[in-house]
Amino acid sequence: LSLRNGAFNRRPMAGRSGLAAVWQHGDGLYRAALVVAGLLVLLLVVAIGWELWQSSGQAREAFGLDFLTSSRWDPAIDQEFGALPFIQGTLVTSFVALLMAVPIGVGTAIFLAELAPRWIAGPVGTLVELLAAVPSVVYGLWGLFVFIPVVVKPLGISLNASLGFLPIFEGPVFGPSRLAAAMILAIMILPTITAISRDVLRAVPNAQREAAQALGATRWETVWQVLIPYGKSGIFGAIILGLGRALGETMAVTMVIGNNLDLSASLLHPGYTMASIIANEFTEATFDLYLQALIEIGLVLFVMTLLINVVAQALIWRVRGPQGARP
Amino acid sequence: MFVTTSHARLGLLALALVIAAACNPGASSPSPTSTATGAATPLATQPAQPTPPPPAAGSIQVNGAGATFPFPLYSRWFYEYAFVDPSVHFNYQSIGSGGGIKQITERTVDFGASDAILNDEQFGAAPGIQMFPTVAGADVPVYNVSELAEVDPIALDAATLSGIFLGTITKWNDPAIAALNSGVTLPDKDIIVVHRSDGSGTTYIFTDYLSSVSEDWKNSVGTATSVEWPVGLGGKGNEGVAGTVLQNDGTIGYVELAYGMANNMKIARMGNAAGQVVEASLDSTQAAMADFGEDMPDTLARSIVNAPGADSWPIAGYTYLLLYMDQADCTIAQKLVEFAHWAQDSGADYATELHYVPLPDNVAAQVLDKVDQITCNGSPISQ
Repeated sequence: LSLRNGAFNRRPMAGRSGLAAVWQHGDGLYRAALVVAGLLVLLLVVAIGWELWQSSGQAREAFGLDFLTSSRWDPAIDQEFGALPFIQGTLVTSFVALLMAVPIGVGTAIFLAELAPRWIAGPVGTLVELLAAVPSVVYGLWGLFVFIPVVVKPLGISLNASLGFLPIFEGPVFGPSRLAAAMILAIMILPTITAISRDVLRAVPNAQREAAQALGATRWETVWQVLIPYGKSGIFGAIILGLGRALGETMAVTMVIGNNLDLSASLLHPGYTMASIIANEFTEATFDLYLQALIEIGLVLFVMTLLINVVAQALIWRVRGPQGARP
Repeated sequence: MFVTTSHARLGLLALALVIAAACNPGASSPSPTSTATGAATPLATQPAQPTPPPPAAGSIQVNGAGATFPFPLYSRWFYEYAFVDPSVHFNYQSIGSGGGIKQITERTVDFGASDAILNDEQFGAAPGIQMFPTVAGADVPVYNVSELAEVDPIALDAATLSGIFLGTITKWNDPAIAALNSGVTLPDKDIIVVHRSDGSGTTYIFTDYLSSVSEDWKNSVGTATSVEWPVGLGGKGNEGVAGTVLQNDGTIGYVELAYGMANNMKIARMGNAAGQVVEASLDSTQAAMADFGEDMPDTLARSIVNAPGADSWPIAGYTYLLLYMDQADCTIAQKLVEFAHWAQDSGADYATELHYVPLPDNVAAQVLDKVDQITCNGSPISQ
C-alpha cells in the first residue's frame, strides 16, 4: 500500500552544492535500485495474478460469470462450483470486524498517544504490538475452545433473545458463526490499527496542539477537531491495512466460522470465507476441475483485495485534499 | 461452562502427555491423544526413541507424498525402519491425497498415498499404477446430548444415521431413533449435525458409508473427501468437530476412532448390515476388512463399508500406497518391496498402538502377493 506516491519527485532538485554533484552517480545508482525494488513488487503482483488466471482456465470456461453468483459447491456429484457464499462470508466478517476494531483501535491509539502517562503508554503499547505476533492458529484454537463458549455463544444468545427480530441476529445460535469469526478478526487487526494510528498521532507537530489549546480548545476538542483531521489519511491507511489482513486471514477464521454454505444474513449463523474454503479443500482436491475452482476462488479473492485497496487509495487521496496535508 | 472446563482440562492433559512423551526417553507407547492431533505425533513419538543411525553416506532416498490421515503411522514406520535397514531413507510429505495422486501420476515421487480410491480417469492418467492397502481406519459417530450423558451409548443404524445427516431426522426423540433404543428416554431436542470442513479421508469413509446405505445420499450428496452437506456445521479437523460437538448440546458428528476414544466422547453403537448392534473397536473394524477379504478386485482397492459380518463395524475404509507395478529404478524398487513386507509383518504392532487397524491375514496375503509381482524395467526383483 503506497502512501507516498510522488514524494520522491517532489524533492527540491535545485541548489546542489559541489559535493552533492560529486555524488551524482551515487544518486543515480540509488534511484535505479529503488526503481528495481519497486518494479519487483509490481512484477510479483502481476506474476501471482497471471498464475492464478492461467491455472483456473478450465474452471473459468466451465462456469463463466455464474461462478460469482452460484452458491453450489458440490465436488462429489455434479462437480459444480460457485463462489457466492464465500464472497459473502469474506465481506461480512471483514467489515463487521472493522466495525468493532476501528473504534477500539483508534480509541486505544488516542489514549496511548495523548492521554496515557509514559509509564502506561510504553507497556500497553508493547502489549498491543505483541498481539500482532500471536500466530493465527493460536487465535483459532483459543477462539474455538475458550472465546466461543465463554464470550461469543452467551453474547449470541442474548443478542438473539433481545434483537432476534432483526435478520442479522436470527437464530438458532451455534457457537461457531460469522460473529465469532468477525470478533476473532477484530482482535487480530486491532494491533495494526492501534500501532499505526498511535504513531500517526504522535507525529502530529506539537504546534498544532498548542495552537488549539491557545484558542481555548479542550483536550477532547484538540483530539477530535485538530489531531484526527490532521492524521486522518494515516489513520485511514492503518484501517485499510487491517482490512487487508482481515480479508486474507485463513486459519483462525476457518476454525471458528463453522464452514457452512449458509447464505442467510444472520451473523449468528455459520458461514464460510474464500480463504477458508481454499485452506479446507486444497489438499484433498482430487480432480482438476475441483482444484481449478479453488484456484479461481483465489483469483476472486486476489482481485477483490486489489479492488478494495484501489478504492481505499482513492478515498485516501480525496481525504488528503489538494494541499496534501499529511503527517 | 462445565463442558468448557472439562474440555480445557482434556486439552491440558493432551499437552501434558505430549510433553511427557517427548521428555521421557523410556516411554514406549505414544499417548493416544497425540495420535489424533496428527502433526503432533511425530514430535511425541520420535524423541521418545533412541535416535536412528544417521543415513549412511550415499544412502538411498525414497520419496513419497500424499494422504494426511495415515501420516502419524507412516512417519512412525519410516522411523522404525531406519533401524532395520539403515541404507535407505524414506521421506514422506503429507500434502493430502490429491497432491499424492498428482505427484505419483507425474512420477515426481517414488510412491504416492491416498485415502480415496482412484477413479477411472485417474487410473487412465497413470497407466501401470497399483493401489496397496496398508491399514484401515474407522469413523465413529460421536454425540453430545445432556440428557444422555449418564446413560450407555445409544444405538443408531444405517437409516437413522443417513436420515440425520440428510436432515430428514431432526429430533433426538424421532420414532426411528427411539425404536433402536427402547428403555432410553430421548429428549425432544433438535439435532445439530457437525461434519468435517476440510477435505479428509475421514469424510471419504463416512460419505462412502452413507452412499452405500442410502440411495438418497448417493444421488444427492455422494462420496468424496468433501461434499455439499445438506445440513450442519463444519469443524476443521477432528479437533474442530470434537470441539463443536462438546460445546453444543444436541450435536452429533463423526471423528476418527482413535480421536473419539482418546477424548472420551460418547460414541454411538451402530446396527450393521447383519442387523447386529456393534461397538467401534480395532477388532470390529478388522472383522469388516476380513468380510471382504475374499472379494478383493485386482486393483486391491475396495470399499469396506457396511460389511455383512455379524461383528463388523460398518464405517471403515482402507488407506492406500500408490506404486507403479513396473519401476524404473531397481534399487528403489527393491527397497520398496522390502519395506512393504516389513510393514505388513512387523509394522502391524505400531499400527494398533496408534489406533490404526492392521490388515487381516487374508487381505495381507493378497497385498504381499501383489507386491512380489512388482518388476523393474520388466524383470522381476530379486529378493
